[in-house]
Amino acid sequence: MTIAIATPSPRPLLKSELLSARTLVRDYPVGGEIVRAVRGIDLAVTAGEYVAIVGPSGCGKSTLLNLLGAIDRPTSGTVSIRALDVGAMTDTQATLFRLHNIGFVFQRFYLMPTLSARENVELPMAEAGVRNAERASRAHELLEYVGLADRERHRPTQLSGGEQQRVAIARALANRPALLLADEPTGELDAHTGAEIIELFGRLNAKGTTIIVVTHDEDLAAAAARVIHMRDGRIIADEARRRA
Amino acid sequence: MRRRLAIASLTRRRARSLLAVLGVAVSGALLLDMVMLAGGMRDSFRQLLLVRGFQLRVAPKGTLPFDTQATIGQASEITATLRTNPDIVVVSPILGLKLHALKSNVTTVAIGMDGSVQADYELLSGSPVGARDRIVANQAFLDAAHTRVGDTIDVVAGYDTQLRTYTGRRRMAIVGLGRFFYTAAGESVIAVPLATLQAMGGPATADRVSLFMAKVRDGVDPDAVRQWIEQKLPRVSALSTGSALQQFDQRMGYFRQLAVILGSISLGVGFLLVTTLVTVSVNERIGEIAVMRAIGVSRHHVVEQIVLEGVALALAGTILGMGLGLITARAFNAILADFPGLPAAFQFFVFRPRDAYAAMSMLAAAGVLAGIYPAWRAASLPVADTLHGEAIA
Repeated sequence: MTIAIATPSPRPLLKSELLSARTLVRDYPVGGEIVRAVRGIDLAVTAGEYVAIVGPSGCGKSTLLNLLGAIDRPTSGTVSIRALDVGAMTDTQATLFRLHNIGFVFQRFYLMPTLSARENVELPMAEAGVRNAERASRAHELLEYVGLADRERHRPTQLSGGEQQRVAIARALANRPALLLADEPTGELDAHTGAEIIELFGRLNAKGTTIIVVTHDEDLAAAAARVIHMRDGRIIADEARRRA
Repeated sequence: MRRRLAIASLTRRRARSLLAVLGVAVSGALLLDMVMLAGGMRDSFRQLLLVRGFQLRVAPKGTLPFDTQATIGQASEITATLRTNPDIVVVSPILGLKLHALKSNVTTVAIGMDGSVQADYELLSGSPVGARDRIVANQAFLDAAHTRVGDTIDVVAGYDTQLRTYTGRRRMAIVGLGRFFYTAAGESVIAVPLATLQAMGGPATADRVSLFMAKVRDGVDPDAVRQWIEQKLPRVSALSTGSALQQFDQRMGYFRQLAVILGSISLGVGFLLVTTLVTVSVNERIGEIAVMRAIGVSRHHVVEQIVLEGVALALAGTILGMGLGLITARAFNAILADFPGLPAAFQFFVFRPRDAYAAMSMLAAAGVLAGIYPAWRAASLPVADTLHGEAIA
């Protein structure tokens, strides 16, 4: 994966540091006023970390995740992933960067309802130009990994919520991203299926996938090795935990 | 994958897509019909003029052929003059008159012509117009007069109220069945030897004709011969196929304008239909589209997928519309065959492959354009804001 721009990191990169955010600010115009959703956040995540961002609704967790995932641009400050300033990228560069480096999992799954589970997993690979045979084989592997090998021809409407979220995770992993970002991945699931997703994230992290998850789910947060607490757009606590 | 997604998006709401395709088909059918009408009438008229290869018509000065009751005198002299021009290979003098069949009480158009030149009709069965009293009739006359080929009928040219006798009475043998090119649908017509008809009309038609038709040699410009005729014979007006088409354009120009206006409206309706459907479809899927963008699908590919949806709708509608257009054109032609004053053989809607290509190209282009606005909307979605909005919704 090559990106045309290579903005230097604002400070020397720590060994194995994957992501860093510096004095990150995000303002939104709301009804003629400016609302500051993220207020000068500094954050560094090393490769292989499992980070949970928690806090009350409206504290800026999802906004921060969007900024870290290069689907939103900061009003000021920088986000660097693998020493590349993603905020300085053009839309085309950022799209390409996300395709190859970041996997997204959303609360509402957002699978393409007209495609089968396997085709949904193949979608990012097709976009990346992976050949048919290779992407079919990898999609099968990924669905097997998330425990849905026998459901690959099923449409999303034929799958349970937990199964849909597992397909969404397989899709997020399709192009072997360096970073997996998840926004309330258990938010629409019952406790049992939520636990399956937590277990899956644990397995992925154990294999070396860097995960940042925004959640209200205490069980999911408890599974993370590091928990960042946010309030009013700021990080108020950043604690390392022993795995549950 | 993009093609698959585009088709899948359309089949997701089958009934709606089907209705849109039907809507585009109707507008495509109307568009094809209007394109056929715009060029078809002219083509049909041209074909009608050239059906027997006669490129020139010579009518009384200042008139069009059979436009008035006026006739040209000293017809034999003019025929001889025309035949002196080596570029003219065939001359066919024609006289039109009304005759009345006595027993059946049928009034018919009689066309007097040179028996050796079938300029006005095509013989379907029997023998052509020949000796003095051997005539060819069309089916409408045979039906109206309850006669058939081989029968003998008594016809008259008029009735003298003072002498209380018929004028120009003749007994004629129907020797052939013909299809006449320039007569209206259902009109009774008989072809009679010119000399016979001139004699039946009495002094008013003696050595007079309604028009001359002339065929020029291959490679000769008919307009050059037309100019020669008008110079040589100041009492007549000569009309070439080209100049007849010019006059046709002047007289029937409003039909063309109407066709262009209606065609543009139908194209606009098709465009709006596709735009509306694709826009509605995009609005329903903004969450999905935002996710596609988030996971790395480029703007370009989002645009491509949505434009493909528009094109697929337009193409499906166009293909259906072409068939529908041909059926409706046939139906319109059948209705307009009774248009007063026009030959039955004249077609308003004439299918030409280039018309179909033109209509298909216009609709396909409309499909592409129709997809552009919703595609642009979809590609411009702010990903984070859209996902946030969807989550709140």
